[in-house]
Amino acid sequence: MLRYSFQLALRGLKRNLALTVLTVAAVGVGIGTCMTVLTTLVGMSGNPIPDKSSQLFVPQIDVAGPAARRSSGGPDGAKLPSQLTYRDAVALLKAHRGVRQTAMYEVAQTVNPPGGRPFQVAGRATYADFFTMFEAPFRAGAAWGQQQDDNRENVVVLGAHLAERVFPHRNPVGSTINLNSRDYRIIGVLDTWLLIPHFYDLTGGGFADTEDFYIPFTTAIERQIPTWGGTNCTELPPPGWQGRLNSSCVWIQFWVELPSAAQVRAFRDFLQGYAAQQQQLGRFHWPAEVALHDVTDWLVYSDVVPHEVRVNSLVAIGLLVVCLVNAVGLMLAKFSGRSVELSLRRALGASRRDVYLQCIVETTIVGFLGGLLGLALTAAGLAVLRALLDLGGRDSVSGRLAYLDTQMVVITVIVAIVATMCSGLYPTYRASRIQPAWQLKVQ
Amino acid sequence: MEILPILRSLRRNRVGAVLIGLQITLTLAIVCNCVSIIQQHLQQMRRPSGIDEANIFSFWNGWLGDPTDPAARVQGDLAALRALPGVIDAVATNSFPLHGGGSSWDLSIKPEKNHRKATSALYYVDQHALAAYGLKLTAGRWFRADEVGELRTDEDKFPATIVITQHLAEQLFPAGNALGRLVYFTTKEDIQGAQASLIVGIIQTAQTPFAGSSWGESFLENSTFVPFQYLDKSGVVYVVRTRAGQQATVMRIAQDKLYGLRNRRVIQALRPFSFIRHQAYLGERATSVMLEAVCALLLTITAFGVIGLTMYWVNQRRRYIGMRRALGARRLDILKYFHTENLLIAGTGCALGIALGLWGNAWLAVSLELTRMSAAFIGGGALMVLGLCQAAVLWPALRAASIPPALATRAM
Repeated sequence: MLRYSFQLALRGLKRNLALTVLTVAAVGVGIGTCMTVLTTLVGMSGNPIPDKSSQLFVPQIDVAGPAARRSSGGPDGAKLPSQLTYRDAVALLKAHRGVRQTAMYEVAQTVNPPGGRPFQVAGRATYADFFTMFEAPFRAGAAWGQQQDDNRENVVVLGAHLAERVFPHRNPVGSTINLNSRDYRIIGVLDTWLLIPHFYDLTGGGFADTEDFYIPFTTAIERQIPTWGGTNCTELPPPGWQGRLNSSCVWIQFWVELPSAAQVRAFRDFLQGYAAQQQQLGRFHWPAEVALHDVTDWLVYSDVVPHEVRVNSLVAIGLLVVCLVNAVGLMLAKFSGRSVELSLRRALGASRRDVYLQCIVETTIVGFLGGLLGLALTAAGLAVLRALLDLGGRDSVSGRLAYLDTQMVVITVIVAIVATMCSGLYPTYRASRIQPAWQLKVQ
Repeated sequence: MEILPILRSLRRNRVGAVLIGLQITLTLAIVCNCVSIIQQHLQQMRRPSGIDEANIFSFWNGWLGDPTDPAARVQGDLAALRALPGVIDAVATNSFPLHGGGSSWDLSIKPEKNHRKATSALYYVDQHALAAYGLKLTAGRWFRADEVGELRTDEDKFPATIVITQHLAEQLFPAGNALGRLVYFTTKEDIQGAQASLIVGIIQTAQTPFAGSSWGESFLENSTFVPFQYLDKSGVVYVVRTRAGQQATVMRIAQDKLYGLRNRRVIQALRPFSFIRHQAYLGERATSVMLEAVCALLLTITAFGVIGLTMYWVNQRRRYIGMRRALGARRLDILKYFHTENLLIAGTGCALGIALGLWGNAWLAVSLELTRMSAAFIGGGALMVLGLCQAAVLWPALRAASIPPALATRAM
């Protein structure tokens, strides 16, 4: 029966080829555009660390004060500082309230390879816990431990990109690398690490690349390696490196791992207590506001996905709706244009269900073809997007957002078929309601 | 032309008419808002940065190790760059317009806390920067060589004199008398006490390094030039302005010249300003292209929808059209019939589209800080969509008009 319906449906599609092609094109264009835009949105708003996103937290302390936050321009004016001062970061670290915790900041160093010109790379000064907390994938070697942190050792973990650049085709673990004229012992090498968004430090943009190297925070502080990221001061810091460390400027990112709700509650209380104590010590003259966000909250709070992208998605969904409305109209035209044929089938004994099945099969084929066209258009759209976002040189993360994975391919075809079937419901219903006798009589 | 018979026949094809109308409504609402977003992006991208964009290139320069004589090194580099043929001038600085990274500070007009403040980008420059950036001085003077100090790593100090942009001047002193006035980098409560700086010059336009980011929009043209030789130990940015047409040549030789001068250095991000602008507005450009594509597709789809459905109606009514022709209707009458029918449907769709479009625009105005579109704008859009629909209906209508009257007498 289904096979017969299929044959009839194919014949039906061929009978009015222009309308069929138009319908498939409408569905394809709608699906193609919508999926192009949604792929980017899904890429941008994805969860970068699914199994731990509700266990990793960023604490915030209002060291700026409500007045400074209001007066400082920009849309972020009313928010608490997104980073911590050095003193607070060290204090929270020493309190050791989480299962793991790390303070960190972005650094830049000049690599002086044995042969070839020196070049500059971005890295991160952080604590041993970083690698476990954020599930950094190791290709070789391992992270340093607490001992290296305490002893301010000259150890380094390389990112895949830098490792391949300086040590092509060999395992660099155990070798040394020269950063800003100092030798560091390589104890680990990471695999390619795609982190979208770059959630643990959003100051360099939500879609920055992961770093080229990682060194102990304590070593970087002792070496007086300045931050390569953002620093925010509400008052003038005292002069010199020590002045910067003692200042109320915020430039350190802090993360803490709290696996259970009880630990989260305890840490929140601790944070509140710490801030209140600092206020009593006279560091600030306003109620010490604090906040604690997990990864998911943090990405929303930090507006990682630009409003433009959301608006684009709405526009694309609008386009899909128009295309589907179009498809409804065209299918309606097609089916009622064939009312004679359908009533003839009914008159010759086909049940209403048979006619219904024939129409449904026909609609599904249109949906499937529309899905395939949509897929091709999505691939083309994403290629255009990548070209637009391409800056040359190293593959940028924003360019990488515009890739179609198997999951999206399956979703695209399913969405196309479901959407087309939905838009085919009414035309199909109308077609199957034809009164055979009446139709034949009129003719 | 009789409208009533058309309406009566439309009632028999209610669903089709509603579908076309709905399509037109959505199309108009979406296209108008998209065009308005595109216009805003284009307008943002077109804003002049205030510097001689066509002839400027820049690069980042860092030293190996911690040099003890950064000032001498930078001066040596600058002398070499300025001596290159085709170079107008060069400057070592922390940043330049649209660069992305830079520093900003809140300037106040009184030494006490909580007075009128304005956020401004800070450019650390020397006496050559006016020529090296290609800025336009509208009042006062630029810095003299003797007032340029040094700013080293981790130093936060403030200048005795500054040059600010017109926009910042107006924001700080709305009465328009900024030249010769004092502004304060710090207040009495700060560690260093109140630091006053004299405004000695006004620059017509100089965008901040943050132009192109949403964060920078609120103080886009608030820039302050500070007479300090920037000597950060991690590195400085060199900005070089060449004579017209010489940029490519100078860019090729500049790097080798500096490496020849001193080999233990890093030169990175050697780029013409056109690249910097391209990079700063990457997202806006991508969004604009995408929205343009969406608009074009929407209009095409809607036009084909109109054609498809009208074709179907024509086929459905072949006999009636033949009858009308047999009863004396001219071809023109048939054409008119379908055009009027389309005008009725599309007109209703457009009326609703205007309402929906304005509602959507009101929402976008809040979420995207989009400027409201005028009634004339969306009205023009509606006329365009009506015109498109009329054009789309022409072909099916012509097909209808070519139905011979004899068809009425034939059985189908």
